[in-house]
Amino acid sequence: MGGQVTLYLLKRLGLALLTLILLSLIIFLAGQVLPGDPGRAILGPFAAKSAVSSLDHTLGVDRPVLEQYWTWITGIVRGDLGTSYQYRAPVSSFLFPAIGRSLKLALVAFVIVVPLSIVGGVVAALNRGRALDRVISVTGLSLSTVPEFVSGVVLIVVFAIGLKALPVTASAPAGSSIPTEIRYLILPAIPLVLILFGYIARMARAGTIEALDSDYARTATLKGLPRSVVIRRHVLRNSLLPTITVIATQTGYLIGGLVVVETLFNYPGIGRLIFTAATDKDFPMLEAGVLAIGVVYLLATLVADVLYTVLNPRIRLQRAE
Amino acid sequence: MPDDEPRDAVAAAPAPETYLDAEPSPSDPAAVPLPPLAITTAGPGGAGGALDVSAGRIRREHLRLLLRSPAFIVGAVLLLWWVVCAIFGRVIAPDNPVAGSLLQFNQGPSAHHWFGTDSLGRDVLSRVLVGARDILAIAPLATLLGTVVGTALGLVMGYYRGVIDIVVGRLVDAMLALPVVIVAFLFVVAVGPSTLTLILVIGFVFALLIARTVRTAVLQERELDYIAAAQLRDESGANIMFAEILPNVLGPILVEFTVRLGYAIFTIATLSFLGFGIQPPTPDWGADIASSYTYLGAGYWWETLFPALAIASLVVAVNLIADSIEAVLVR
Repeated sequence: MGGQVTLYLLKRLGLALLTLILLSLIIFLAGQVLPGDPGRAILGPFAAKSAVSSLDHTLGVDRPVLEQYWTWITGIVRGDLGTSYQYRAPVSSFLFPAIGRSLKLALVAFVIVVPLSIVGGVVAALNRGRALDRVISVTGLSLSTVPEFVSGVVLIVVFAIGLKALPVTASAPAGSSIPTEIRYLILPAIPLVLILFGYIARMARAGTIEALDSDYARTATLKGLPRSVVIRRHVLRNSLLPTITVIATQTGYLIGGLVVVETLFNYPGIGRLIFTAATDKDFPMLEAGVLAIGVVYLLATLVADVLYTVLNPRIRLQRAE
Repeated sequence: MPDDEPRDAVAAAPAPETYLDAEPSPSDPAAVPLPPLAITTAGPGGAGGALDVSAGRIRREHLRLLLRSPAFIVGAVLLLWWVVCAIFGRVIAPDNPVAGSLLQFNQGPSAHHWFGTDSLGRDVLSRVLVGARDILAIAPLATLLGTVVGTALGLVMGYYRGVIDIVVGRLVDAMLALPVVIVAFLFVVAVGPSTLTLILVIGFVFALLIARTVRTAVLQERELDYIAAAQLRDESGANIMFAEILPNVLGPILVEFTVRLGYAIFTIATLSFLGFGIQPPTPDWGADIASSYTYLGAGYWWETLFPALAIASLVVAVNLIADSIEAVLVR
């Protein structure tokens, strides 16, 4: 059966690649629809027509679309992400540091949200139907629907301005120690935490309830095991499987939610890079940034898939047979 | 295929329909097919029988159950309030929301200006009341467009399968690799922000997402006997799709519409905040926050806080309604 699992994962990998190619086409075409002439956008409204068209020629934007796509995509495969119109420098020299900073922020959000939401979901399930369950579930659901910038500004008003407990910006002064850096990242991470909490907690709650209602949990209770042992050994092990998958797939969302949070908190990550590239009409930067988000998402889904396949006891059993 | 649960037609589909295709899309929190909370219903086991074949139909008792759900009532009252503001905002507003008095800028809440004034001396309360208008016009229109197109697409994909199913399915997967906000952002930046662009872009993305949900529902329906009977009666494909299947999948479609509506508001507000949605000087909560949050450091919190609370109350209201409908219809 191990071979079949490998085959399945290979198939997933192939599909992910196909999706990635489609995605790159969509992104590139969206970039092509962008109104305005790149040469004109760079040189400004007063530049001579000949200068604009010669710059367009140097940039290659006067060639057929498919040819441009081919140049772009083969460049990316070779590791050349193109040259930023705005900064006249390789996109990669901006993109990779930005992704690094975003991952730092995402990591802080994850470290807060994962334990919090799993505990929240399990506690809600164990108190199913009672007031505590309602409070956790309805609060989680409501918070997860509020846009990040809305919860973000409310948090700034309360914690940064009202209580003066945390800094307003996300970037710690240069040369700060790691704890200081983390302190600066807590406030920007919370809007992401609020969005994710509802989903992960809801998944954990549903998984726990399903496991609690199962025959094996009833058998364990009937054979006289204490409730805490039943929960720890039989319920949680089974209930957290779908939760793990949700957590892995939410990584993709998290990277997307960063556009807003990073803009709001003035944090130079991938989100703000995309935002500035869009306002500056810096296509190579914009396209590479959006593609990077797609790649992160597809990687996250693949990891979720592998985790699910490896952790699913049914599949492990199949292998043992 | 590690999925060893051939419990429905989906598992037998030649298209790569594994558990991951039904897996939550991180790009879009609202698309996550989460288990309903089942706490918003009036009581346990309240909704119609689980074994009912036509579980997707909408019946009168569903409405009665909804009206007994506190979450639904709270959501409906809040939404109604904002709809009233959207229609009669200009009449209710105590002050002119667009023209301010430059002498009275950045003033804190007072008896005269309950929510204070903004940096241009405009009454924040008036702007919050009138700000409901555009978002409550654009979001439902975009969602409606997405639902109609998505339903038609999903019916065709699920009923006929074949090339269109594969092509659209792949396209949806590629789109889902990006958060809806980013997709909308990319296209709105490309075409330039306008009301029509917002409606078309959000409607288009939603159509793909809704098509996926409808397709799954149709796949389950088409294996049932009444479809075989209709085919034996030699009914046309269009007739089977729209007259036979559609009424039986209205439940999931209605749920999808309400959930999407909440997400449309989320997306439009976010785009407006980023400067690519509703454009100033039109009163809009997201755009108002964008222009006022830089003053937070100076302590002018009212200019940002009140529009923020308005957005929060609207999205929470729509989602309470969506969740109640889901709990009543899908359970």
